[in-house]
Amino acid sequence: MKHWINQHTLVWRLVLARICRNKLATLLIWAVIGIALCLPAILYVIIDNVNQLAGEVKNEPQISVFMKLDADKATVANIKSLLEKHSGISNLKFVSKDSAWKAMQDSALTDNIAANLKHNPLPDAFFIQPKAHAPSAIDQLQHELQTLEGVEHVLADADWAKRLYSILELGKKAVWVLSGLLGFALVTIIGNTIRLQILTQREEIEVSKLIGATDGFIRRPFLYAGTLYGLGGSLAALLFVNGIITIFNLSVADLAELYGSSFILALPDWQISLGITACAVALGWLGSYIAVNRSLARLNPH
Amino acid sequence: MIRFDQVSKRYPGSDEALRGVSFEIAQGELAFVTGHSGAGKSTLLKLMAAIERPSSGTVLIGNQNVSKLRPRIVPYMRRKFGLVFQDHKLLYDRNCFENVALPLYINGVTGQEAAKRIRAALDKVGLLGKEKAMPITLSGGEQQRLAIARAVVSRPSILIADEPTGNLDETYAADIMALFHAFRQVGVTVIIATHDAHGINSIPGKMLHLDHGKLTVS
Ligand SMILES: Nc1ncnc2c1ncn2[C@@H]1O[C@H](COP(=O)(O)OP(=O)(O)OP(=O)(O)O)[C@@H](O)[C@H]1O
Ligand SMILES: [Mg+2]
Repeated sequence: MKHWINQHTLVWRLVLARICRNKLATLLIWAVIGIALCLPAILYVIIDNVNQLAGEVKNEPQISVFMKLDADKATVANIKSLLEKHSGISNLKFVSKDSAWKAMQDSALTDNIAANLKHNPLPDAFFIQPKAHAPSAIDQLQHELQTLEGVEHVLADADWAKRLYSILELGKKAVWVLSGLLGFALVTIIGNTIRLQILTQREEIEVSKLIGATDGFIRRPFLYAGTLYGLGGSLAALLFVNGIITIFNLSVADLAELYGSSFILALPDWQISLGITACAVALGWLGSYIAVNRSLARLNPH
Repeated sequence: MIRFDQVSKRYPGSDEALRGVSFEIAQGELAFVTGHSGAGKSTLLKLMAAIERPSSGTVLIGNQNVSKLRPRIVPYMRRKFGLVFQDHKLLYDRNCFENVALPLYINGVTGQEAAKRIRAALDKVGLLGKEKAMPITLSGGEQQRLAIARAVVSRPSILIADEPTGNLDETYAADIMALFHAFRQVGVTVIIATHDAHGINSIPGKMLHLDHGKLTVS
């Protein structure tokens, strides 16, 4: 155990000494990784914020169920009890044809029209607020209601929600694609940096192999270095992201005030920060692992 | 301990460096490999240390067939050997102390214990005063002695030296030979390749003479 600790502290000392010797280069790598990581992170933060904002908006999707004109009281009561029990519905409002007719006659805007009509043309109607706001869920509910006995027409005013959701979905996909591409770039950047280091340490690696170093022994300092690049890069990214959003919020706050809203972009929470760090560390490790293994393969022809 | 059985070695794109070589070296024995330049001395030593593999025949170290070793095992096999390379293979960006430290670190020996053994090894080859010096500032002979210090520091059971006295004047060459002899006396198997025959007459040992890759028993 002591032996193991000794060896690892030795490697860390070696790696840290190398980093200290190349301060500028290390800072540059951290900055590059930081910039690469902060692009998807910022996009994510924006989408996450808009998503939350969308959830808070009062303008919730509404489904209107219009009954057939000849639907009798029993059918309507039947449907009413069915809808009341339905698990996908959060709020139900029933407007009978009589009350709608009365409202029409009472309203100053429509009393002319009502006066010209001989009898009530309006159907019984239900106005529903669904629990799930996702367009697919609303679609499904709409189709389900359409098949009910005595229902003439179901109108879902979900277009607004649909559009917002599809934009958000698109944004999420963009975050994934961007993260994927930049993750790949990260592996490449770190891998290449490590490859250059391996080149300068070629002799040492060769000699070490000749006198009995295992691949693990040779890999270790490079893996630690790659991991440190990932860690430093992710910390730089968090610094950038928090800095940029804070600056951004100064203008957003002004703008929001004009609209009487107190909306500001929330900074990434600790889970997101931890996630970014973990990803960067893992990718740094991966990049250096690939680079060292390729060099080792070249050194071991057997 | 070390057994070669009808070993041939052909490097890609060149003639056979060794042809049907068979011999045996017992544990604790001292053996000299002699022969003209290009006779195959270095090749023979590399086959022993599992650095090269034979094209045909078998190389047995202990009871292990070197050509059948799994790649994972090879490093542990090599740690049994102390190797002095013909071209030294010193690390020129590390000082003498760090050069000698390398085999110990590979074996997982660090700290005070390592420092003690490194100084002892440097002392044996007369370089104790130069532990902070960079190898490039050393003379040819001093570099050679540094390479020897690195080979012996991890107390290997087999010491293989390729032309270890090539750059040394006679007194140092005699000192180094005496050092190898001392190792032999504590039970280390020692194999030395050399092209100059007169340096070795003072020490009794097995002679393996190579001529164009063929072993001629003398
Ligand atoms: N890596 C290699 N690739 C191709 N040919 C090689 C290689 N190493 C050695 N040879 C060839 O094998 C033959 C034996 O070489 P080796 O190095 O074993 O000779 P040597 O006896 O050590 O000579 P010297 O006294 O000059 O060191 C030589 O003809 C050489 O050209
Ligand atoms: Mg040679």
